[in-house]
Formats: sequence, C-alpha cells, structure tokens
Amino acid sequence: MTKAEIITRIYEKVGFSKKDATDVVEATFDIIKGCLERGEKVKVSGFGNFVVNTKRPRKGRNPQTGDEIIIVGRKVLTFKASQILKKSLNAASPSSSTMSSPSSAAD
Amino acid sequence: MTKRDLIDEVNKRFPHLSRRDSEVIINAVFDSMVDALAQGDRIEIRGFGSFVVKHRRARQGRNPKSGALVSVSAKRVPFFKVGKELRLRVDGKSVEGAEEGVSG
Repeated sequence: MTKAEIITRIYEKVGFSKKDATDVVEATFDIIKGCLERGEKVKVSGFGNFVVNTKRPRKGRNPQTGDEIIIVGRKVLTFKASQILKKSLNAASPSSSTMSSPSSAAD
Repeated sequence: MTKRDLIDEVNKRFPHLSRRDSEVIINAVFDSMVDALAQGDRIEIRGFGSFVVKHRRARQGRNPKSGALVSVSAKRVPFFKVGKELRLRVDGKSVEGAEEGVSG
C-alpha cells in the first residue's frame, strides 16, 4: 500500500474530494515528520508511537576487517506498535474493515 | 503530539474543512494502514518509511519471574523501517537529493 492508495481509499470510501483527501493525507505525514524532526514524540492511539531516541557514541568493529571504529552518537526514530495494531495482525480472521465512516468516527 | 494534536494541526491548514472532517480523514488514514497490515500487505510512504509484517515462529519461552516454561505461539508483528529522508531529518542532517531507500 502506498500513500496514493491510502488517498484513493479515503476519497472512495469516506467520501471527500480527491483534493481534500490528498491535501489532508500529505499534511498528516508532513506534520508528523516536522514533529519528529524537532525530537518530539508522536502518539497515535490505535496505531502506535513514534519516538526519537538519542544514541550515545560507542566503539564498534568493522566485522570484515576487525578494525575498531567509533560509532558516532545520533538520533534514531523508533516505532512501537500499539496493542490494538498487534492484536489486529493476529486476529483469527483478519478483520474485513475497520474503516470508520463519518458517522461512526468518535475520538 | 497525540492524534488529537495532529488533527488540530492538520485542521489549521484547511480552513474550509471542519475539525470533524479532518478527524474522519486522519482516522481513516490510520485505519486503512491497520487494515493493510492485518492483511499482510506492506505499506510504503515515500519520505517517511515503510511498515512490514514479520512472522515470528512458535517458540518455548520462560516466565522470567518464575522460570516456568511457557509455549509462545507463532505470531505476526508489525515492523517499521524509517525512510532515508526522515532518518536524516531526525538526526539533524541535511537531506539534499536524498533518494528514498526503502528496501526490506
């Protein structure tokens, strides 16, 4: 599934114009990215949390040559899936659709 | 930032949409992603990353507290691999001409 397919599903099933669906989906990922870039975590209930972790520099080895090298400190993004997501991957029968309709979507 | 904040932020950009509209669309985005993964499909968002489902075989585990042997059944777990652009941006690096490397 690509971003284009997500957009298609939204304007076909939820009933917004293709432009609105595209704009909102693009903005959603854009805002998430900006937030993570600032080091802030993003928590999406029912999906999972995106967290930026700081890695300290450490010594490592080039496994091919055995040379000792310094692995520089850096920031990495980790994703922790929510229990809801994990459960839906392991449901006995994959749920047909959890798409919310405009009338059933309450936060 | 929680999903609620995300909805508010998105909604600010589109004055012609109600907050409810933004909420419905954003919920549909994540719902459709959950659906795709539940069906074993992989998701690839350019500039963001990819989500794949990995299979874990059944194994014998131990209750770390009591040491009792327990069988852990096979399961599927979601796995996120950050895309190149976002990986660099999170690390404060420039992303000049970053080509998206989302393999595996």
